Amino acid sequence: MSLVARYLEANGLPTVIIGSALDIVEHCGVPRFLFTDFPLGNPAGHPWDRAMQEKIVRQAVGLLESAPGPRATVKAPFGWKASDPGWRARYGRVDPAERERLLALGAERRRRMAELKAAEKS
Amino acid sequence: MLAILRRLAHRPGAVEKVSTRMIDSGEPVPYMERTRHYYRALGYAKDYVWARHDEVPFARLAKPLSQCRLALITTAMPDGHSGKRQLWSGTVDPPPARLHTDNLAWDKESTHTDDRGSFLPIEAAAALAREGFIASLAPRFHGVPTDYSQRSTTEEVAPRLLQRLRDDGADGAILCPL
Repeated sequence: MSLVARYLEANGLPTVIIGSALDIVEHCGVPRFLFTDFPLGNPAGHPWDRAMQEKIVRQAVGLLESAPGPRATVKAPFGWKASDPGWRARYGRVDPAERERLLALGAERRRRMAELKAAEKS
Repeated sequence: MLAILRRLAHRPGAVEKVSTRMIDSGEPVPYMERTRHYYRALGYAKDYVWARHDEVPFARLAKPLSQCRLALITTAMPDGHSGKRQLWSGTVDPPPARLHTDNLAWDKESTHTDDRGSFLPIEAAAALAREGFIASLAPRFHGVPTDYSQRSTTEEVAPRLLQRLRDDGADGAILCPL
């Protein structure tokens, strides 16, 4: 999505990204970014919290106008649910005890991708 | 979040010590590092290398926000989608109840995508239009695939997306990757 933002911007269309993967977006380099520090999947706010979603979109839209220049990153003033303090450590974790299961998962994934590629060629 | 692959020498299948007991410092999640470790554990012999640019383009709004029509863009696909991901568009009125997100890399252990507004905030953006904060929401939102090569994104998907945004009279875009 960062590359899409860059393309649109280079062609004169202002953009703002609302997202939760701070390192990836900033690594790419984008014009405007509202960082929402949530688990991946709900960049625009907690599920079913329309009031929070509206505040986040308002802040992002405001950034369209107020950003002084490229690489404008602003952090939204909301955290994830207090009842789930362990979310940051959870995503994509690798437990050494699961080595065999993960390798099997990877093998299955490569098999499926090969099938998809073969289907596209035929 | 697009990546190109680069060959790196390491032992496929090596499981690095990223513990589930990691202390939460409150710092943003290092997704690139986590992803590298995870795919090595899956036995991939190549690491993802994320796009990186020194120069960043920047365009200013041509008019005040209250006169702007804005478009929403998602990485989700239509509800019931299967097969190859591609550029698609949907209406904001009526908005879709659900979108297909199963094939995207979001945190399926910590949250869910049952509320479409949490990743494609049509209602929130429409509310800003109703109160005059922006002039209007573009009649269509757009879905972009994220599993393509950098070349495909910049040479094929993005130009077609730009054309659709221009066709809809959009003055700016809000991009919401999951």
